[in-house]
Amino acid sequence: MTERIIQVDALARVEGEGALYVRLRGREVEKVEFRIFEPPRFFEAFLRGRDALETPDITSRICGICPIAYIMSACQGIEMALGVDVSPEIDALRRLIYCGEWIQSHTLHAVMLHAPDFLGLDDAIQIAQSHPDLVRTGLRLKKIGNSVMECIGGRAVHPVNTRVGGFYRAPDRAAVRALVPELEWGAKAARDLTLAFAEFDYPDDEFDYTFVSLIHPDVYPILEGRIGSNRGLDIAVPDFNDNFVEEHVARSTALQGRMRDGSAYLVGPLARYANNFDRLSPDCQATAREAGLGPVVRNPFKSILVRLIEVQYACEEAARLARAYEPPDPAFVAASPRAGEGHGCTEAPRGICYHTYRLDAEGRIEHAQIVPPTSQNQPQIEADLARVVADNLDLADKDLKWRCEQTIRNYDPCISCSTHFLKLQVDRV
Amino acid sequence: MSDREKQLPLVVGIGNRFRMDDGVGPWVAETLQQTGLDARVHAGDGTGLLDLFEDYDDIILVDATRSGAEPGSLVSLDAGLAPLHADMFHYSTHRFGLAEAVETARALGCLPERLWVYGIEGKDFGAGIGLTACVELTASVLVTDLTLKRGGD
Repeated sequence: MTERIIQVDALARVEGEGALYVRLRGREVEKVEFRIFEPPRFFEAFLRGRDALETPDITSRICGICPIAYIMSACQGIEMALGVDVSPEIDALRRLIYCGEWIQSHTLHAVMLHAPDFLGLDDAIQIAQSHPDLVRTGLRLKKIGNSVMECIGGRAVHPVNTRVGGFYRAPDRAAVRALVPELEWGAKAARDLTLAFAEFDYPDDEFDYTFVSLIHPDVYPILEGRIGSNRGLDIAVPDFNDNFVEEHVARSTALQGRMRDGSAYLVGPLARYANNFDRLSPDCQATAREAGLGPVVRNPFKSILVRLIEVQYACEEAARLARAYEPPDPAFVAASPRAGEGHGCTEAPRGICYHTYRLDAEGRIEHAQIVPPTSQNQPQIEADLARVVADNLDLADKDLKWRCEQTIRNYDPCISCSTHFLKLQVDRV
Repeated sequence: MSDREKQLPLVVGIGNRFRMDDGVGPWVAETLQQTGLDARVHAGDGTGLLDLFEDYDDIILVDATRSGAEPGSLVSLDAGLAPLHADMFHYSTHRFGLAEAVETARALGCLPERLWVYGIEGKDFGAGIGLTACVELTASVLVTDLTLKRGGD
C-alpha cells in the first residue's frame, strides 16, 4: 500500500500565512489538516483596559482588506454597551461604506486571485497578459469600492472618519452623489463578469452545508438582523455564544468555530445568499438565474459567481444609498462612559464577524471577544478538503495540490484576520 | 512641455510600519515629506499602485526586500527595462504586491514612462515598530541621494 503526501508550503493568493497537510493511505484519506502558523495577535487581550471609544480604530488594524467589518462590529458592540442609538441616517451611511468594502474585497478576490484557478493560470500577472480587458474591468470595479471608502472613511485602508456613535464628519452631499455614475457602471460590469465567469468549467462538487449568516425580513443583511441558518437557527446576536463555540487546536494559532453540537458550519457569500436570496434585488436574482444558479448554491467552487452577484448588489445598493444621501446631523451620537455589555455582528465579505465587549464604569474594556469569519470556516474548509481529496484520488499530486488550493481559495480565507495562512503537503502512505 | 511632464518624480514608500523593517518604504517617504518633497506612503494591496501609475509619468517605488542578500543592501531597478522578480518582494501576507502591480501594469500597457524601484533588504519582519540599524543607515543614504537628485532638477 502506498503512502501519498500532499503538502502546500505557501498557499498563494490567499490573505495571510498558513499550510495544508494531507495524508493518504492507499485510497483512504487518513488526515487533512489546515494549519495556521502566524503568531496569534492577542487583540482581545490588549484591548483590555483601553477606552471603549478606541475599539473601532484598534480592531480595524486586524485586517487591511476588511477593516470596515471590524470597525462596524466593534461600534455595534460598544454602542450597545453604552446605550447609544444611532440615527437612520448614520445607519445608511454605514451601510454605504460597507458596500464599498464588499465591492473592493470581493472584486480583488474574484477577478485577480480566484479567476486564474479556472483559467489554468498561475497568478494575476498571467491573467493580465491573457485577459487584459477582464483585468481592466476588475481594477475599475475595485477602484469604485476604494472610492466609496475614501469618500466616507477618509481613506481606503483603515478609514479614519468612523467612530463609536457614527462619523467624525459627515461627507458632503455632492461628493457622495458623485459616486453614483461609477456605481451604476459597476453594477452592470459585475453582472457581465458573473455571466462570463458562469462559462468556466466548474468541478462537480456539492455539499449539504449548514449555512450561517445574518438574516433579515426586509433587506439583504450587511449590518442588521438576527443570526440564522438554513437548518432553522434564528437567534438574537447576543445569543451567539449559546449556539457556537471556539476551540483551540494545536496546529493553529487561530481558534476554530463550531456549532455547539460540534458540527462545522459555513459563513460568507454562499450562506448569505442561501439564507437571504429573496432580499436580493430583482436584477441580481435575474443575474443569478441567467448564470444558472438557483436560490441555494451548494457547489463551493461556484462561490466566485455568488461573490460577483454580491458585487452587483453592493453597487446597486450603494448607488441607491448615495442618491438618497442626506448628511447626518449630528454626524455622531456622543456616548458617556458606563458599565455594560454589548454585542455586534456584521457581514464581513467573508462572513459574519461577531464581537462582544464588557465595560467597567469608566467605559474601559474588561473583556473582549472577536470571532472572525475565517476562524469559523476553518473546520468546514478541512471537511471540504477531505471530500475533494477523496473524490479526486486519481489525480496526479501536482493536480491534486492545485485542486486543494482551489478548494481553500473558494473561501477567500483571510488568514491574517484569523491570525493565520498556507503550506500544503499531501502524504500518500 | 505639459504640466504633467514637468512634475518631479513621485516617491512612494510601500510597506507596513508595524512589521519592523517592512516599514522602511514608509520611513523613506515620510522622511522625504518632512523636507517638503512629494512623497507618499502606500498601504494595502498592490492594485492601488495601478491607480498611481495612471496619474504620474515618473515614479520611484521604495520597498523592503527579502531576497537573502545582506541586510541593508540596496538594489535599484529600472522597471521599464526588465520584469521584476516577484520573489524578491514576496514577504507580504498579501499576494498582490509590488511586483504583481508592476507586471500587471506592464501587461496592460500602462506602466509610467519612468519607473524606478528601490529595494532595501530587511532583516527583521516581526511585529513591532522600528528599523534595524543597517536598514535605517541605507534608508538615510537613499533619502539624501533622492533629495540631492530632486534638488538638482
